[in-house]
Amino acid sequence: MNNRTFVMACLTPLLVFSLAFLALPLIRLFLASGEGDAGWAVYLDILRKPRYLNTLILTVLVSLATTFAALAVSTTAGMFLVRNRFRGRGSLLAVLTLPLAFPGVVIGFLIILLGGRQGLVNQITPGHVVFAYSALGLFLGYLYFSIPRVLLTVMAAAEKLDPALEEAARTMGANPYSVMKDVIIPGLMPSLIASGAIAFATAMGAFGTAFTLATNIDVIPMVIYTEFTLSANIAMASALSIVLGIITWILLLIARSLTGSTVAGGG
Amino acid sequence: MLKSKTKLLQLFVTLSACAFLLVPTILSVMAGLTANYFKGISSGLTLKWVYQVWELYADSIFLSMWLALACLICTLLIGLPAAYGLARHPGWLSRLLEEFISLPLAVPGLALALALLQLYGSMKGFRVSWTFILVGHVLYTLPFMVRSILAVLAAMDLKTLEEGAASLGASPWQRFRDIVVPNAMPGILAGALTVVTLSIGEFNLTWMLHTPYLKTLPVGLADSYASMRLEIASAYTLVFFIMIVPLLMAMQWASARAQRITQ
Repeated sequence: MNNRTFVMACLTPLLVFSLAFLALPLIRLFLASGEGDAGWAVYLDILRKPRYLNTLILTVLVSLATTFAALAVSTTAGMFLVRNRFRGRGSLLAVLTLPLAFPGVVIGFLIILLGGRQGLVNQITPGHVVFAYSALGLFLGYLYFSIPRVLLTVMAAAEKLDPALEEAARTMGANPYSVMKDVIIPGLMPSLIASGAIAFATAMGAFGTAFTLATNIDVIPMVIYTEFTLSANIAMASALSIVLGIITWILLLIARSLTGSTVAGGG
Repeated sequence: MLKSKTKLLQLFVTLSACAFLLVPTILSVMAGLTANYFKGISSGLTLKWVYQVWELYADSIFLSMWLALACLICTLLIGLPAAYGLARHPGWLSRLLEEFISLPLAVPGLALALALLQLYGSMKGFRVSWTFILVGHVLYTLPFMVRSILAVLAAMDLKTLEEGAASLGASPWQRFRDIVVPNAMPGILAGALTVVTLSIGEFNLTWMLHTPYLKTLPVGLADSYASMRLEIASAYTLVFFIMIVPLLMAMQWASARAQRITQ
């Protein structure tokens, strides 16, 4: 066997697998989206029918809120952990990154333990405070799995940031706020955009968390699920899947072009 | 003074974030070990709920372990040679292929599951077998394996090493076995731990692909959250944490080790 044939043989299993279980199913999904009563106008229906449009808007709003909150929290914590060495730093870092592999359903359950009927907040506050099943609960769930992802990306970039620049700005009389605004944020910008895109994409596509929490409110992944299983509206479920897939794919492509790596994984 | 104030604020945000992530986890562990969560810790600690979880869900735990192992074998068999092939032929075609197989990282699992269901759902024998779930898991974890190995291979001078071996008369297979595999080991290890960790925790695809007789651990978790009392749901989550946390720590260690090699 010569070299070229050997390398080709090495790639064959991958080609066969991804053709059979990725390329063909995705083509089928795309074709199925046009096979409903509405035909290809199903994509227009997403924008025309209030049920889908409102869901889309709510999903984008919750995801945007998650993104900005995660960026604010993780950048602050990340800069602090990169710039300071102290006892217990490793434990803090472990706590902040451990939820990376928690499935979305588990995170949903953790939010129920915080804000559900038997939750911590309801027990220690007077009155009846249940927020787990509202948009706030969903936001907290998404924030839970976004913090570790954003933190890792931001910390990787912050470690490459030269502390001398901040020092120089300070000696020239800049206050902490302007050091943050004019030195640190611009230096971190590519990784902030990248991790923001990751957080937004993961929140948009999060199914597990929504599955446990979104009993009263609709987000796109839940609508896809109910259209497919309950309403048997396969064309709409497929169309929404395609739209969602394209949105998350483009966002992660942007993230990858900015940092060269992505910390993905489902919510 | 101003500087220390900023530091204090940063510390406060960091600790709050830690508390936000840690407190519900502790609540969940406590609830799984408390005799009656509604009454609180004073009702006593017990392993009763963990035993009940074992009786109710042992099958799903074993299925998940078995799936993770099978998934690891498949991703190794497909991913290792593929990473080598991609490393030996860097070019736009390889980039495109790598980008394509990475789609499952970006496209939500739900969408992939719908695609698989619509193409293969009518093949009844396949649809109801555990291999259908396996396909989903391999689809989702394969890019992690390929990219983890590829990163290590791309960082070394594969061509020179191989030419040296070839000039001494090594066949392509011998070079793959004796040069490529040992050198790629850190990437293989990191990839393997990632694959097992992700497979055990995978829910989004599995929920759509599973059948009532084939419930994986996370599917069982969702089931217990919806239909069991809080203590059992928590005890089951505790079992899951005990399985996943050591794996996750090993994965982070192996990934950091592999990354040092590529730099």
